[in-house]
Amino acid sequence: MTVLVLLDFDEQGVKQPARSALAAAAKLGDIHGLIAGSGVGNVAQVAAKLPGVAKILVADDAAFQHALAEPMAALIVGLAGGYSHILAAATAVGKNVMPRVAALLDCQPISDISDIVDGDTFIRPIYAGNALATVKSSDTTKVITVRAASFDPVANEGGAAAIEPVAAPPAEARSRYVSQDLSKSERPELTAARVIVSGGRGMQNGDNFTKLIDPVADKLGAAVGASRAAVDAGYVPNDFQVGQTGKIVAPELYLAIGISGAIQHLAGMKDSKVIVAINKDEDAPIFQVADYGLVGDLFTILPELEKAL
Amino acid sequence: MKLLVPVKRVVDYNVKVRVKADQTAVETAGVKMSMNPFDEIAVEEAVRLKEKGVATEIIAVSMGVMQCQETIRTALAMGADRGILVETDIGLEPLAVAKMLRALVAKEGIELVIMGKQAIDDDMNATGQMLAALLGWPQGTFASKVEIADGTATVTREVDGGLETIALTLPAIITADLRLNEPRYASLPNIMKARKKTIDMIKPADLGVDPAPRLTTLKVTEPPRRAAGVKVGSVAELVAKLRNEAKVIP
Repeated sequence: MTVLVLLDFDEQGVKQPARSALAAAAKLGDIHGLIAGSGVGNVAQVAAKLPGVAKILVADDAAFQHALAEPMAALIVGLAGGYSHILAAATAVGKNVMPRVAALLDCQPISDISDIVDGDTFIRPIYAGNALATVKSSDTTKVITVRAASFDPVANEGGAAAIEPVAAPPAEARSRYVSQDLSKSERPELTAARVIVSGGRGMQNGDNFTKLIDPVADKLGAAVGASRAAVDAGYVPNDFQVGQTGKIVAPELYLAIGISGAIQHLAGMKDSKVIVAINKDEDAPIFQVADYGLVGDLFTILPELEKAL
Repeated sequence: MKLLVPVKRVVDYNVKVRVKADQTAVETAGVKMSMNPFDEIAVEEAVRLKEKGVATEIIAVSMGVMQCQETIRTALAMGADRGILVETDIGLEPLAVAKMLRALVAKEGIELVIMGKQAIDDDMNATGQMLAALLGWPQGTFASKVEIADGTATVTREVDGGLETIALTLPAIITADLRLNEPRYASLPNIMKARKKTIDMIKPADLGVDPAPRLTTLKVTEPPRRAAGVKVGSVAELVAKLRNEAKVIP
């Protein structure tokens, strides 16, 4: 069996969630990686070093520059013939493109898998992670997105894949990229960070994120996250959001500051290796999942913590 | 312009779900059911487009058991004009739903479909993308802002790391993310009016679709529970534990 994996990338190379998808693919068969973009020759060279990948297919065409769903899906469907499984990480791109691929192949996609039982059988969280479903697919091609936090990513180097160019299929352009507005940050991305410091409604305002959370995150080299309550209250932008409706993360260390621990938030971070909760309410549900809990006023604790690190 | 808004009946988002003892599914008997929250946002967006004069008619469609009529009534009370229930006892998957929606789009002459980005029960996040594929239409998923003008839908999308704006040539599919709008509460007069609106009842066969699932659920289990940890008394103790016991900081 050969598995095709759509690889998300940026200037630094293949992104961590894509390397987690490769780790999942390694359980299924031989791996071909797909790099689709515009001017991606260098990225393909970097991707060819990923361990366990037999071949990197490179679709270098202006049509793929912004990873719009329509040309991306058409490309993957054109390549699908030889593959038993087609995988992507469950990122914004993977979630946008893969169901479209599945429909064009007349397959039912298997979204956001957290484990692999065998080539036909997968485990995936349902009800925001409050239950796990084991599902068996009867489709000939399995179209899958992978929950990156559930699979340790493969290393960046160690392999020597062949590089093979593939042509872009002709496509009628009925969608067009206009612009993007990405948060600028020197910090690691939430889904790739080893440490995450998240704030909740207890932070009271956005300034307190800057004054109290940022210095702790700086000391730890951490990404900054937030609960949905903090996002809804306008303290921080939505892309900070950790939870069922935000990002699913599983860092080595997760600090939940002034976060009560709604089910919605726990769904996004409960697979973290070590969880620390700091909250003034000792009955807050977050303490039920925390390895280390500290009851007290975050406005005095955070400056103390920053000094102690 | 005619709009179609698919709405799904799901376990209410406030319910703490329990897995059945025989591990076949999540318990839904005697549990409060509501419209999928993302679908409520989609209905709201459709109603706003009608209020702006962009949409002429909004059709709310649901698929599943007879009780899905209640979900359609909710959409009608919010401002949808009429409803369609595709009635079946079969557990429907996104592929079957997308195929039935495709047939309805053709039958009703729909130009824009707005739907939730995912249902909070199976968390598939797939039906909108699949419907767009089957129709050959462009898709604007995870929308946080939508503007319709001159045959184009300009959609701002929630992507990793921020926002992206794309322009879609209509007809198109849009899937709603949380920040698109705040759905209204239906007023009592509108709830009364909704009772008089029509809901057409049809079957999957009427749409020429075989709704048999492609996935078999072998079992449903509780996720592993995290054991509660310890409370520490001070910042110094916390840092010492993280450093020496958990070894997660230098």
